[in-house]
Order: sequence, then structure tokens, then C-alpha cells
Amino acid sequence: MSSHTLPAPGDTHGHDAHGHHDPNLQHHFVEMAQQFDTAKLGMWLFLATEILMFGGLFVGFGLQQAKFPEAFKAAHHHLDRNMGALNTVVLLISSFTMVLAVWAAQTGRRKVLITNLILTLACAGTFLVVKYFEYSHKIHDGLLPGKFFHYAQGQPNEYIFFSFYFMMTGLHGSHVVLGMGAITWLLIRAIKGDFGPGYYTPVDLVGLFWHLVDLIWIYLFPLLYLIG
Amino acid sequence: MATTSTPVTHHGGQHAPHASYLEDPQYRGLMSWLTTVDHKRIGLMYLWSVLTAFLLGGLFALALRLELLTPKEDFMTAETYNKVFTLHGAVMVFLFIIPAIPAALGNFVLPLMLGAKDVAFPRLNLASYYVYMTGAIMALTAILTGGIDTGWTFYTPYSTTTGGAVTLMTFSVFVLGFSSIFTGINFVATVHKLRAPGMGWFDLPLFVWGTYATAIIQVLATPVLAITLLLLAFERMFQIGIFDAKLGGDPVLFQHFFWFYSHPAVYIMILPGMAIISEIIPPFSKKHIFGYRAIAFSSVAIALISFIVWGHHMFTSGQSQLAAVIFSFLTFLVAIPSGIKVFNWVATMYRGSISLDTPMLYAISFLLLFTIGGLTGIFLGALSVDIHLHDTYFIVAHFHYVMMGGTVIAFLAGVHYWWPKMFGRMYNETWARIGCILVFFGFNITFLNQFAMGAKGMPRRYYSYLDQFQGNHIGSTVGSWVLALGLFIAAGVLLASLRKKYDAPDNPWGARTMEWETQSPPITHNFPNNPVMQHGPYDFDAPAVRRES
Amino acid sequence: MSWFRDFFLPMQGTSHAAAVDNLFMFIVFLNIGFFLLIAGLIGYFVLRYRRKSAHDRVGKVTHHLGLELTWSIIPLLLCLVVFFWGFKDYMTATVAPGDALEINLTGEKWIWTFEYPDGMRSLGELYVPAGKPVKLIMQSKDVLHSFFIPNFRIKMDVLPNRYTEQWFQSNIPGEYQVQCTEYCGKGHSGMNAKIVVMSPTQYEDYLQNGPPNLRSMPLAELGALLYESRGCATCHSINGTKGQGPTWTGSFGNMRKMTDGREMMMDENYIRTSILQPQAMVVSGYEGIMPTYQGLLRDREILALIEFIKKQK
Repeated sequence: MSSHTLPAPGDTHGHDAHGHHDPNLQHHFVEMAQQFDTAKLGMWLFLATEILMFGGLFVGFGLQQAKFPEAFKAAHHHLDRNMGALNTVVLLISSFTMVLAVWAAQTGRRKVLITNLILTLACAGTFLVVKYFEYSHKIHDGLLPGKFFHYAQGQPNEYIFFSFYFMMTGLHGSHVVLGMGAITWLLIRAIKGDFGPGYYTPVDLVGLFWHLVDLIWIYLFPLLYLIG
Repeated sequence: MATTSTPVTHHGGQHAPHASYLEDPQYRGLMSWLTTVDHKRIGLMYLWSVLTAFLLGGLFALALRLELLTPKEDFMTAETYNKVFTLHGAVMVFLFIIPAIPAALGNFVLPLMLGAKDVAFPRLNLASYYVYMTGAIMALTAILTGGIDTGWTFYTPYSTTTGGAVTLMTFSVFVLGFSSIFTGINFVATVHKLRAPGMGWFDLPLFVWGTYATAIIQVLATPVLAITLLLLAFERMFQIGIFDAKLGGDPVLFQHFFWFYSHPAVYIMILPGMAIISEIIPPFSKKHIFGYRAIAFSSVAIALISFIVWGHHMFTSGQSQLAAVIFSFLTFLVAIPSGIKVFNWVATMYRGSISLDTPMLYAISFLLLFTIGGLTGIFLGALSVDIHLHDTYFIVAHFHYVMMGGTVIAFLAGVHYWWPKMFGRMYNETWARIGCILVFFGFNITFLNQFAMGAKGMPRRYYSYLDQFQGNHIGSTVGSWVLALGLFIAAGVLLASLRKKYDAPDNPWGARTMEWETQSPPITHNFPNNPVMQHGPYDFDAPAVRRES
Repeated sequence: MSWFRDFFLPMQGTSHAAAVDNLFMFIVFLNIGFFLLIAGLIGYFVLRYRRKSAHDRVGKVTHHLGLELTWSIIPLLLCLVVFFWGFKDYMTATVAPGDALEINLTGEKWIWTFEYPDGMRSLGELYVPAGKPVKLIMQSKDVLHSFFIPNFRIKMDVLPNRYTEQWFQSNIPGEYQVQCTEYCGKGHSGMNAKIVVMSPTQYEDYLQNGPPNLRSMPLAELGALLYESRGCATCHSINGTKGQGPTWTGSFGNMRKMTDGREMMMDENYIRTSILQPQAMVVSGYEGIMPTYQGLLRDREILALIEFIKKQK
């Protein structure tokens, strides 16, 4: 029997055994590498669900655009390309600082990690401020759908464009806010010194999530701002 | 090797070397349950929750059948009837069937089958349960504050214009979707990363293959439902118009979105049922499953094809004829893997040593009922015939044969099969069989009548109907009473067993999958030491393994 | 075998129905055959291989490629047969011939309205000639509905802001039941209609004079029928309560004040005008919301309503 049984690193008594090995290793994993791979697989699956969720909106948008091409083209002139482009750049920079943060965590550079997390947060904040100005301009023009919509000129079906615009950017914006929450949590843990070459899973996972948020925007920008 | 093989009939209860997960001294009291990350305890909490939902949905069904005893209004007005059939559907689908097998039984059994100590993300698992409860409480609130009368399908524009608590219910289903996604992510990661050493993909029990395929669908399809329901809720709150024809939107788009999720969701419901049957037939025939790879691959094939057949729910919805033809063709393709499974199960019994214990009786019921459910699907895949049968009781009967005759019967089979492992007790075999037989006949009386009246043109979702259909309606209602009696007997038998002391052997059925190698009920961390794959899941020639610490 | 078909399906009203039924019955036999095969095998195996002891000798076979291919390919071929068969009849059912009689159909909660090419409209009853294709061009005023004629084996959803079509040609005069099969709320179960297929001469007669069964009916009785079936009852009560419109109780022969200040006598001419041009003279205290019945009622039907109103004392 013993020849068939792997040595079980301190797992016989579950939680009691934490003292014997890395405190970050959960009881049901054999080693850190397995735990890390598993967490990463889970994150990728979660990202797949995110892509499919936005996918629904993209498909809906595409179908309606095919139905009313003129209205969509007319409507997209209300969007400010410069602001959209600025936000694209801001998010790209934030992705870069996020990559640096992950690298810093892997290599145990605590100060670099903290700095880059703060920079990422700053970019995310900038994105939201720009978005705030865009939104308030559109709401002022009466382009918010529902009972707020009072934009009478233009094509009759521009309404639908703005429904999609607000749904898509709103859902994306809420992801930016969630991401900022996660990065803040990383920042607190980084300041406490929780991360190092031996354990940086949370930084890696939040990094993946943040890249997805960035990626979705990179699709949203041409789709909404650069029609025709 | 020799030291590991002890008799199959070994009674683990009285001489258990460790306290079981049910009374581990480290984890006592209510709080230890509410904060548990043990997959077995979470599985049990799910089990009691989904059973409560099943009871609630079943009572709604009995009320509906009672109202339909006569052609005219009896004790429910049209509004009440519409709310009750919506709740029956919504509760059964979202609160019962979808979580029933994966989240309740799967949670308990899957890690044990893999020889793992837990699922990959235990805290996410607990979160999934609380998300489920949040969704359930929202659904209950919606029921109590105005109700919902849209049907469980929430078709627009009816659902965007009717009153009641539709928005809250929509958010409830949105939330329930996340619980389903969490379970799915957990299972995929668990199967990939936490298999016992030596356990390759083709050493996996077929239950694992089935739940794995299910988990893939849960992860890939549920987000589309989430966004659809979000759009529906925003439509109701802010008139965004994406599904509103008056504002340039398209009500049929909602149907496309909805069925893009809900057709795969049908397989979220039936694949785990099939998976249980693959697990039960071998030990009760004492024979290796026939065509292991065919069954495993057919699960994955079903999962993949299920994503491209949604349009067969919409043959009369005004989609283009070309689309209808393509979807009809694809629908016939998805029928084949299901057929293959049935033949494989039957072939497993050939030259076996068949014992008709309660789980096997349920499995045979499943084979017969699911065969009827599948075969009647051929009517509905055929375009010209479907045009006649669409939205009649024929459809109602067909999907009840698949969902109830298939999934629920398989769920009951699974509950009876793993009950000794979960609770350490054997139930009264005679009464359990009587329950099973009543369920089988009650079910057939209820739904064969519905096939008959559906083909004659009785539309669904009618609270009053033409006199010519009354005979079948009476038959169906009487059948529902027999069915309910059978279910109450089954519940009584199982619950009565809980008053006894532990008396279940570790491996009462002589099965070869790994969950039977630990004691009944298992210890908190499942196995005394890290188990290693020693024989295949259906290898009845190999000596039984029991792992002592 | 027609008794066997009649056991499953309603009476056939069209030749398309006969075609659908042939496929239906083919699948019924397919179903019965496969079910008996599977149930028979299970039954036989359970009896033959029942466990006798814990050490029964069992078969060792774990798979058999030939067998597995057989039971994959035969069902697949049968499924393909069914697919093409269903496809063929579906195409004939959805593409209407060019010379079809076109009738516009509107569904709304919870009535069906038919409009003939000459502008004549009817509620809940469609009269069509036998032997001539009839095409329904359908749309909804509110939510989804579905127009289902079991005897013709056809059905199609009715959508808002979009037209859907279906057609039929019945050679058998008679009455055929229509039911709504897309859930539409409170009145869904009652959203029925009738299709009356008539011989060509009867149909011509109908176009001139209205439904034959109503022609000999006494005026007041016909009026009572129209009061319910044409929607008058929604707004005008016959028990004195105030609705969206004035009650009919005790109204005939009295003077009423109009919204423009005039006083009008409630006589035959006033009623006739109010039915055909409802906005012309609206009784004070009510809004002019009544739709016109121009083209919806024949002369005799207007007389019948007047007679009915006279009776409401």
C-alpha cells in the first residue's frame, strides 16, 4: 500500500497542519504550483464568462447596426473621438503599469509593486473622470434613453444606438470600478508585505482581470466611436 | 496491494476510525455549517435547499392540475393561474433542476470520485451557495410582492409591459446564474487539477465526464442569459428599447438570446442525469460500462452541439425559413449522441448480474422515460410536424419526459444511490421500491395524457379549455396525484432512515468508483491519506479497495 | 388505419394536414418500434440476467465498434429521412401561391380582427371560400400572439411592428377552431376564433349579406349578440353603470347634452351616426375615444343594434 501512497504533506489533520508548510497553501492542494495553476485556470474560466457576457451585447449591437446603418452612423457623431482616444491611451498605460506590478511582485520588489499599483489606480481614475464628462455632455443633450431622451433631430432609430452605448460603456465602467476595488485590496496587502516570489497569485489574477477590462475597451472604442 | 482489499460488506459505521464529516468535533454547531468550506456539507445544504424548491414547485404543479380538472374556472382566476404556472416553471428550472444534480449531488460526490480533498475553490463554492440563497430569497420576495405572470421564458414584449414583480424576478434569475457559473468554474478546475495521482482522463468515472461537460456549458452559456436578463430589467426600468418594436428594437432578438442560453441549459439539466445513470447501471449489473469512450465523448458532443440548436424553439417565431431548416437539421444531429448513450446503457446490462435495488429501479425508469422523451423529440425536430405541435401540450409532455422523467428520476436515483454514503444509513428497501413504482406509473399517467391532447391541438398555458379535452385533463390530474403520492413515500422513506444509527456499509452496492473506498459517511477530509488510482471505475474484476488510516 | 390516425390527431381540414399527418404517423411507428426494442431488451435482460448470487459469471465485453456504429448510423439515417420529409412539407406550407386571397389579420389582447380586400372587417370569425388558397398577413397591436388552426396543422406567431404570413387551402366546407398559442396574458385561453370554409356560392352570398346563420335571427337578438361580440360591452353598460361611454339603459328617446353644448335626441339617426362617425356628437362628460365601425357593421347589423338599444329601458 505504502508504495502506492504519495507522501501527504501535513494534510492528515487539515487546517491544523498549516504550520508545516507555506501558510498560503490551502489544505486540499499538494503543492504551491498546483494551487497557482488551479487559481489561474479558474480566472481564465471567469474571463471566458465575461467575454460571453459582453459578447451578447456585441452581437445585439451588430444586428441592430445592420438593420439601421444610417441611424447608427448619424448617432455616433455625438460621441467625442478625442475623449474616446484619450481613454484608450489611458487604459493602455494602466495595462502596462499592471504588467510591471505583476513583475515586481514576482521578483519581490515591494516598492515598485506599490508604485505601479498606485499608477494603475490613477489611470483608472482618469478614465472614469473622462467618462464622467462624456456622460454628462450626452445627458445634457438629452441622449440618455428612456424618459430622459428628448433629442428630436436626426434619424428615428438613433435611440437604439444610445441604448447600446450606455449599456455597453456602463457595464464596462462598472468593471473598471470593480477592478479599482480589487487593485486597492492588492495595494493594502502589498503594503503589508504579503506578496513575494513565493506567493503572488492575487496580483497575477487581478492583472489578468484588468487586461480583460482593457481589452474590452479596445473593442468598444472602434465599435462605438469609429463607425464608417 | 493485499492489505488494501477488505470485504465489500465491511461495516464502517460502528468502528469508524475517524469521526465523520457530520460530527467532526472540530466543526460543531450551526455556525460550523454556515461557514463551512467542506464540499460535502455545502452539497448537503444545497440538497435540502433544492428539495425545498422541488416541494414548492411540485405544490404549484398540483394546484395547476387541480384547476385543469374541469374546462372552466374552478378555484383560480386567469391571473392567478398565470402566476402559478410561471412560478412552477421558474422555481423548477432555476431553483431546482439546474442546481439539483451538479450543486447538490455533484458537490458531494465529484471530489470523492477524484480522490480529492475538496473542490478547487472551496470558498467560491460556499459563495455559490450564498449567491443561490440570495437569488432564492429575491425570487420569494418577487412572488410575495406582486408575483410574476410572464411564464418562465420572460418573452418580450409581454414581460416588459406586464405588471407585478418581473424586474425583481429577473434580477433573481441573474443572481442565480452567477451561482451556477461559480459551480461550473469550480468543477472544471477541479477535474483538471485535482485528480488523484494515476487517474487519467479515461480513468474518470462517467459521472465526472457528465458534470464536466455540464460545467463547460454553465460557464459558457449562463453569461449570455445574464446579459439578456440585465437588458430585460433595464428595458422595464428605463425603456432602453432594445427589445421594444416601438422604439426600433426587436422582440424576437430576446428569444434568440434567451434560447441561446436556455437550450444549452436543457443539457445543463439532462447531462448530469445521464451521468448518474452511467454510474448506477454498472454496479447493479456487476459489469463494466459498455462503450466508455462513446458515452464520454457523446457528453462532450452534446455540450458542443447544444450551442447551435437554439433556433428549434422558434420555428413559428417568424425567423427566416433558411434559419428554421438549418436549426432543424442540427437538431437531428444532437439527437444521435443521446441515442448512443441509451443503447450503451442497455448493452451494459447484457450478460450482467442484475439486481433491482431502488437506485437500479430508478435507473430503469429513467431508461424507459428518457427513451420516450427522446423519441418524441423527433416529432418536434421535423419542421412540418413541429408547426402543428409547437406550444401545445405535446411540447409540455415532451419536456417533462426529458426533464422530469429524465433529470428528476436520475436525481432520485442518485439520491438513493449515494444516500448511504452521504448520511451513513440504509433506507427501507421495500418502501423505497414502492415509491419508485408509484412515481413511474403516476408520471406516465400524467404525461401520456398530455401527449394525446397536445397532438389533438390543446394549447399550453390555458387555464380554461374546450370541453373535448376534458377526458385527458382528468387523466392527467389523477396521474399527478399518484405521482405526488410516490414522491411523498420516497421522501418519507429517506427521512425515516435518518432516525437510525449509522448502519451503512462503506460500499453497499459493490461499486468500484473511489467515493466508495472511504468510510460512510466520509471523514472531513474525505480520505485518511492521499488516494491513488488502483483500478478503473468499472473494473469489477479488481479487488475492492478500502483505505484505512 | 385511419382510426389509428384519428386516435392521435384532429380531423384533417386541408391536404397539407394530410401530408403532415403522414410524417406524423411515420414517426409514431418509428417511436413505437424503437421503444419496444429498447423496453424489450431491458425487460429480457432483467429477467434473463437477474442476480442469483454474489458470484454470478458476467460478460467481459466492454465495447464493440461494429455494434456501436450500427446504432449510431441507423438512427442517423432515419433522422435524415425525417428531416428531409419535414423540410419538404414545411416549404410548401410557408410559401403561398401567387393567386391567394389575401386577408389581413390583426391580433390584440384578446381578439382577432380580419380585414378583407374590399375593406370589410370581421371580429373573431373568418369566412373563406373552399378550394381557394387563403393567405393571412398578420401583425399584432401589442404583445406576441400565435394563430393556430389545429385542423389545418398550421400555426405562426403574430408580432408587433412586423408582418408574418401563413396560408391554407381547404376544400372541405365547415367550421374550424382557431386558438392563440403564444402566451399573451389574462385572456389567452379565451382568445379563440373560427374559420368558416364555404362553398363559392355561399361565399359570394356571404360577401353581400353577412353570415347565413344570423340572417334569420330577430333583430333584437342579433343586436344582443353583436353587443357582446363587437366590443360594445367593453364601454357601454346595459345595467345603468357609467363606463368609458354612456350606458345604454334608458337612453333611447331621451335628450342629452353634447360636449359642444347642443342638445340631441337619442333617436335612430343619432345612434347610426354615432356608430359610423363616433366623434361627430359626443355626449357631455365623455371623451371621444370610440373607434368608427364604418365597414365593420352591415346595415342590418346597425338596425339590430338600434333595436337592442331600444329594448334597454
